[in-house]
Amino acid sequence: MNNRSHTPFIRTVKISERSSKDTLKIRIAAFVLALAAGGIFMLLLGYNPFELYGTIISGAFRSKMAFQATVKFMIPLLMSSLGVAMAFKMRFWNIGAEGQIIVGAVCASYFALFHNNWPHFLLLIVMFAAGAIGGGLWGLIPAYFKSKYDTNETLFTLMLNYIALHIITYLRDGPWKDPDSSGFPKIARFAANAQIDKVFGVHFGWIIALILVIIVFIYLKYTKHGYEISVVGESKSTAKYAGMDVKRVILRTMILSGGICGITGMIQAAGSDMTLASSVAGGVGFTAIIVSWLAYLNPFGILLVSFLFSILDKGSSVMQSAYGLSTYFASVLQGIILFFILGCEFFIRYKFVLTKKGGK
Amino acid sequence: MKTNDYYAIELKGITKSFGKVIANEDINLEIKYGEILALLGENGSGKTTLMNILSGIYYADEGTIFIDGKEVSITNPHEAIDLGIGMIHQHFKLVEVFSSMDNIVLGTKGKYVKSSALKEEVLNMSNKFGLEIVPDKKIYDMSVSEKQTVEIMKVLYRGAKILILDEPTSVLTPQEIEKLFIILRKMKEQGNAIIIITHKLHEVLAISDRVAILRKGKVVDTVNTKESNEKQLTELMVGRPINLKISRPETKKRKTVLKVVDLSVANEDGTIGLNNINFKLKSGEILGVAGVAGSGQRELCETIAGLMDAKTGAVLYNKENIIGKTPDEIINLGISMSFVPEDRLGMGLVGSMDMVDNMLLKSYKKNKGAIIDKKPSRKLAEELIDKLSITTPGVETPVRMLSGGNVQKVLLGREIESEPNVLITAYPVRGLDINSSYIIYDLLNEQKKKNVAILFIGEDLDVLLELSDRIMVLCHGELMGIVDAKKTTKEEIGLMMAGRKMEGVDSDE
Repeated sequence: MNNRSHTPFIRTVKISERSSKDTLKIRIAAFVLALAAGGIFMLLLGYNPFELYGTIISGAFRSKMAFQATVKFMIPLLMSSLGVAMAFKMRFWNIGAEGQIIVGAVCASYFALFHNNWPHFLLLIVMFAAGAIGGGLWGLIPAYFKSKYDTNETLFTLMLNYIALHIITYLRDGPWKDPDSSGFPKIARFAANAQIDKVFGVHFGWIIALILVIIVFIYLKYTKHGYEISVVGESKSTAKYAGMDVKRVILRTMILSGGICGITGMIQAAGSDMTLASSVAGGVGFTAIIVSWLAYLNPFGILLVSFLFSILDKGSSVMQSAYGLSTYFASVLQGIILFFILGCEFFIRYKFVLTKKGGK
Repeated sequence: MKTNDYYAIELKGITKSFGKVIANEDINLEIKYGEILALLGENGSGKTTLMNILSGIYYADEGTIFIDGKEVSITNPHEAIDLGIGMIHQHFKLVEVFSSMDNIVLGTKGKYVKSSALKEEVLNMSNKFGLEIVPDKKIYDMSVSEKQTVEIMKVLYRGAKILILDEPTSVLTPQEIEKLFIILRKMKEQGNAIIIITHKLHEVLAISDRVAILRKGKVVDTVNTKESNEKQLTELMVGRPINLKISRPETKKRKTVLKVVDLSVANEDGTIGLNNINFKLKSGEILGVAGVAGSGQRELCETIAGLMDAKTGAVLYNKENIIGKTPDEIINLGISMSFVPEDRLGMGLVGSMDMVDNMLLKSYKKNKGAIIDKKPSRKLAEELIDKLSITTPGVETPVRMLSGGNVQKVLLGREIESEPNVLITAYPVRGLDINSSYIIYDLLNEQKKKNVAILFIGEDLDVLLELSDRIMVLCHGELMGIVDAKKTTKEEIGLMMAGRKMEGVDSDE
């Protein structure tokens, strides 16, 4: 017979449930370890990690202007993260925030460019609504096909991003090309009338973003709609059993998810870029996926995480000018943090044990 | 006919835990060749974990395993097979489009075997053990019991001397069970060691030589079957004396509430779900539904609840056809369905949500305005915990963290609290220990006394016979007949489950 008596030395054992306090401890530990790992990376490049981290922090906070810039980074990230979190709560993988931001910006820009003689606030309100509707409809397309034909929403939303991007290119090179740009393809700068006003030195998008945090929180947690989203996300068959109209919930939630992203686009174009540029989304829609998951889809968590990410972004741009490090360094750090936070999930669910030999 | 003096298997001090839950604790057990050992225990007592350790699926935290007197370490299923241990799982692991012969050789090492030679080998083996097997028959053409035979053949072909069968009878009709037992006895005579896992007492008494009783992960006793009886085994299993009688209260003034007429339902893949079903469900009665798994029970529940479309026919609720109504409208009519699928949470409850939120599942729409007021459902959750003695850290604990019995109490409790007129309940005691099962039966009887019409889809024929007023039997989506539970026998129902139609038998007329 066989005499193999190799015994596994270390095994993983499932943990039934950790207390939320332990879970929090593990996550904080993961964050600290991520910073340490980032520090090692800096050391390898020949820099003092403490100095570099210090620069990042001070770069984001050292002056009023620096802080305002940090907040400006944060606004689109925060808003689009809230948008995708709504869809994710329903287990609808909306990877299309980029496209929804762009379409929202395009729709709002139409009014900014061609109706800029309207009264200022009316114009802004119309632009706001146009952004929301544009983004919402762009989000509705994959939701419709999902509920009708059960198409894969991940691919669908992703592909719509590229279509949206090319819509801007088309408008820039064709119908909306700025006649005063002497042949250079760009869209005209918005008239002052179509620009978002500043409050405390930053365009008032930040107020809208903060209001949205509260609205999304209440919507998801305390309303019938939010309840339906949770149930549909957990199990569509349970939702049907409870008498919910699953298709309607999917369509409605994606209009809202896309709508919030569309508002992001409007605010970014009219508050930050002052024109419609092809970089209006600029990858924020993808970073939003990371932010919302790191925050476990909690709106206040999203506020915190997007703030931290903005510090990293703003700080890294200072680091670039001070040390000549690429701004992509921030992306590397984000990647490391994400890796550690996702990795720590394993330790929340499992632990390692050494094998004991028994047989009394 | 012992092959040697050693035990086939000897377990010493086996311990295995999952997190805080200790599934097996210091288990000592031995079995000889030429012996059938029954492993008896309630759900969650650690039977399956122990057998999974033996077949290499889990690895014990502590303890040693001896096979034929030699200490072994079983780290994966392949090693178990090499050691001559074959496990027949509750759920078959067969390739549907292959013939039984192909399934038997699938995954074995060795060179290509000529199919005629193989066929002969398979036939030889099947004669030896009295297994009825048609080598060329495809799995999809087979009945459940034929598939099980193939599974048994599969492990024998791999040279297994020690067979472990996990709840092998749960999918069989009484007649098929008898056949299986004949095969097992024959294998025992050939000198094999057989372990059979079950929680059905009469089967233990019918087939085994010895019984090991597990309770809460420990072996509480090992007894010789001949010297034992049903009562003693129950007491050992549950840990205290228990009355096994289920009451069947009489009710008066029964009137038809639900009338199903010529109902046919097609599954998504076009196969027949239900074929021309006719029956009446009356207030104040429990109508039991018997049938081997997958005979149309799920389709029946879901069609009445509005989750599946009917092809033809009607379901009349107080003379109003509810076919074509949405689940929402049907809930509002007072028809409640609680279906407990194999994974228990299934579609009645949302696992990640707490009890308060789960109470809302069917009633949240009644809130006025957009915001949900959770106070009434919190109160309801607390009442249920009290009334049904649900064990939970609190109303805010996600229900998936509760034990199976408590999950089912939450589900059934909520359905009953909605004061339905028709209660459809499928497998409400699935996976429950005896005590919890009786609480559920009492709950159902209480509803019956309140004149609720109850459709009870069950698995255990003994329970169906004691609890129901009438029993209808389904087979392949067809109604075989409806019999009076007080007058029928298990054998009669068994024959109907296997497809014999009882013409004109409807105790209702």
